[in-house]
Amino acid sequence: MQIPYTKRTLSNGLDVIVHEDHQLPMVAVNLWYHVGSKNERPGRTGFAHLFEHLMFEGSEHHNHGYFPPMQRAGGLINGSTSTDRTNYWEVVPTGSLELALWMESDRMGYLLPALTEEKFTNQRDVVLNERRQNYENRPYGMAGMALSAAMFAPDHPYHWPTIGAPEDLRAASLADVHAFFETFYHPANASLALAGDIETEQAFDLAEKFFGDLLPGPVPDPVRANASLAASANLVLEDRVELPRLYMSWHSPAMFADGDAELDVIADVLAHGKTSRLYKLLVYERRVATDVSAYQHSREIGGTFQMSSTAAAGVSLSELEAAIRSAVTQVATGGPTPAEMERALAQTEAQFLYRLQTIGGFGGKGDQLNAYNTYLGDPGYFDRDRQRYLNITAAGAAAAARRWLEDAPLVTLSVVPLGRRELALTGATEVHVS
Amino acid sequence: MSPVDRSKLPVPGPDRPFHFPRIARRTLPNGLELRAVTHSAVPVISIVLLVPGGSAADPADRHGLVSITAGLLDEGSRGESALDVADRVARIGGDLDLEVGADAIVVALTTLDRFVEPGLALVHEIVSAPNLAADDFNRIRNLRLERLKQMKDHAGAMAERAFASALYGNHPYGHLGLGTTASLTATTVDETRLLHAALFSPEGATLVIVGDRPAGELLDLASAAFSDWRAATSPMTIDRAAALAPPPRPLTTLGVVSRPGAAQSELRIGHACAPRATPDYHSLLMLNTILGGQFVSRINLNLREAKGYTYGVRTGFDLRRGIGPFVMQTSVGTDVTVPAIREALGEIRDIASTRPATADELSLGFATVSKGYPRGFETATQVARSVAQLALHGLPDTYFEEFIPRLAQVTREDVSRVAAAYLDVEKMTTVVVGDLDKIAASLPDLGLGPHQVLTPEI
Repeated sequence: MQIPYTKRTLSNGLDVIVHEDHQLPMVAVNLWYHVGSKNERPGRTGFAHLFEHLMFEGSEHHNHGYFPPMQRAGGLINGSTSTDRTNYWEVVPTGSLELALWMESDRMGYLLPALTEEKFTNQRDVVLNERRQNYENRPYGMAGMALSAAMFAPDHPYHWPTIGAPEDLRAASLADVHAFFETFYHPANASLALAGDIETEQAFDLAEKFFGDLLPGPVPDPVRANASLAASANLVLEDRVELPRLYMSWHSPAMFADGDAELDVIADVLAHGKTSRLYKLLVYERRVATDVSAYQHSREIGGTFQMSSTAAAGVSLSELEAAIRSAVTQVATGGPTPAEMERALAQTEAQFLYRLQTIGGFGGKGDQLNAYNTYLGDPGYFDRDRQRYLNITAAGAAAAARRWLEDAPLVTLSVVPLGRRELALTGATEVHVS
Repeated sequence: MSPVDRSKLPVPGPDRPFHFPRIARRTLPNGLELRAVTHSAVPVISIVLLVPGGSAADPADRHGLVSITAGLLDEGSRGESALDVADRVARIGGDLDLEVGADAIVVALTTLDRFVEPGLALVHEIVSAPNLAADDFNRIRNLRLERLKQMKDHAGAMAERAFASALYGNHPYGHLGLGTTASLTATTVDETRLLHAALFSPEGATLVIVGDRPAGELLDLASAAFSDWRAATSPMTIDRAAALAPPPRPLTTLGVVSRPGAAQSELRIGHACAPRATPDYHSLLMLNTILGGQFVSRINLNLREAKGYTYGVRTGFDLRRGIGPFVMQTSVGTDVTVPAIREALGEIRDIASTRPATADELSLGFATVSKGYPRGFETATQVARSVAQLALHGLPDTYFEEFIPRLAQVTREDVSRVAAAYLDVEKMTTVVVGDLDKIAASLPDLGLGPHQVLTPEI
């Protein structure tokens, strides 16, 4: 199973990856910059995400919004920011490919001349609204920030949230923002994928035409940081919620590192779907929880294994905690059963196949080619990625659970209704998130 | 190759034509309508079963009954347990989705091509012979009661509930699918059995199958799997026509759900509007695109880009078999609640009067919708769900093929005409979920009369 592609690197360092798929008359343009919130520094957080907004507000030769021309052309345009990368993409009718490349290259090469104080202030306010809507005004919305802050030391780049701290956003100057752009947004720190209704040679010609003369900057140094917990922490956060929820978080392997795929399978076995051990026990049989989840959240320079479960009315979080710890110990000792392995592998195979259904957008083929290229330097990693999962044994999965979860320190976080601290795990320390 | 001319944007080349694949049909002797489409991309099969009669078919004193009955379909069938069903889904790498809309239930299974037969068998079993066992019913009902409790934390969910109730009152569209604590508590497992027998019948239902095989073969596979589905008899009758009646006149002009300490105000503005079958559908779609249906719509450019009141705002015509609503929805800073409502109402009023759609807006709106149209048919699941919608609304098989030419005929005059005929700010209801103490003093500035405190039943 493959996504057939051709990759070439332009003389300015821009990686270009082309994949042909002529099923529908449209092409996906997907551009990754290898910059995320982990490239920020304390006190100046939220820049990578803020750029995701500014990049749509106009560039030197098109100093207007980026949405109208793309929408007029019938294209979709969007972007997103994580701790590790930002991606920008368009999906356009075949006849509008040059328009997308023109615009994408103009904001790579010529953004700053058009970036005024006014635009900057306006988009900063939009981001502050986004923060209120998606985090502050959402039940359990601040739990992720509280966990990141507790899992990672203040100078570790996964300590702060991608959306940034409001005080940092308010303190940011236009000069800070310019410097950030010059460091990270240039051809040598980017990867361009073109997927869809296009001939390969024509695609490379167009990439050269629009991006070939943009000047590269130095390739930024990779970010390195170690993360570990000296001891477990037990926290409580009050929120406007009806039901208490328990979060548990361990340090785990980085993306593609040893143990990463194994912990994905462990997460499936523990809490994915009704056949998972904890859903069956807590939600189906004992009915003490309304949900339970487990997730190997692997990132470029480290991962976290996260579990959560919401207590049914009147059930204590300590009961959920005990059940989760016991399930972790059991899987670490005995590993997944043959039936669990079979299910996990069938689902993995299906998920890999489903990912081949779309050329663009978030998670489409263009995005996948860029992910493999940006993190591993190999856009063709699709099949080896799948192979990572097919190679997993029950013994290997158990070993990963022993090493990373069973006796490792962790952060537990109880999110409880306002004024109901007594519903948290015993001895929990109150945590404040701005 | 010539260097880039950065003095102007490139002019897009011509569109390559889009064609919707042929829809093959068959009617089984038991009444089930089959549709099949060949879609060659990856070896994935999508199976979508549409059963007309959604939440609007809830008995008046049993809101939530249709939804919980549908939710029990994958909780065990033909004597197998819920876990057995989940295990079967997992073993075929399946993605099973049970959705209850206002007008219909949709059961959708996506699986790998080589599992097409077990996939069809699974869908057939869960819809025709669910266990509907008392123990599973109690478990699922408790989970739903907990979810209702959690809904109180969600400003958006509270707004949905308050808005539906304010617009439709006791009309079948006046409640949400989940029901309320009181109605769910009163519901019995026997009632789910009666409802299942009355609602889930091959007569009137449509099965769509899409995959990388000849359509005739897909129809044969579906026929083999579903030909022995028999309608049951039930003393319960389903009133699918009640939803087609016009809703009563709403009693609320400005309603507030109090949420002390909320960081934002969640807003809904609109009124009951039109059925999906309206001949003005394409004109309404253009009107909505210009007014609030895309990023560069008037309302979003005003409230988000110019004023910075919100992270985003959109409008939509949620058109249904009966008269569905027009709704504007957004979430704004508490301190700008009143100006945001005023601006939103102003934009709706203006497009129907003093600032009609311009030629530019019309061409932008047309381009947005028409050029992006093929994107809606990329995956097998997208194609299957689209075909199921044709069945629900009685639209012809040529609908998708004719959509763009039909949209191209919409004129500025059409947009103005439908704006005036279908939108009336004087009749609109505004619902705010927010910190009432902080906004109460400024609400009279809206000129909408005294506000009414709403306490939506949860």
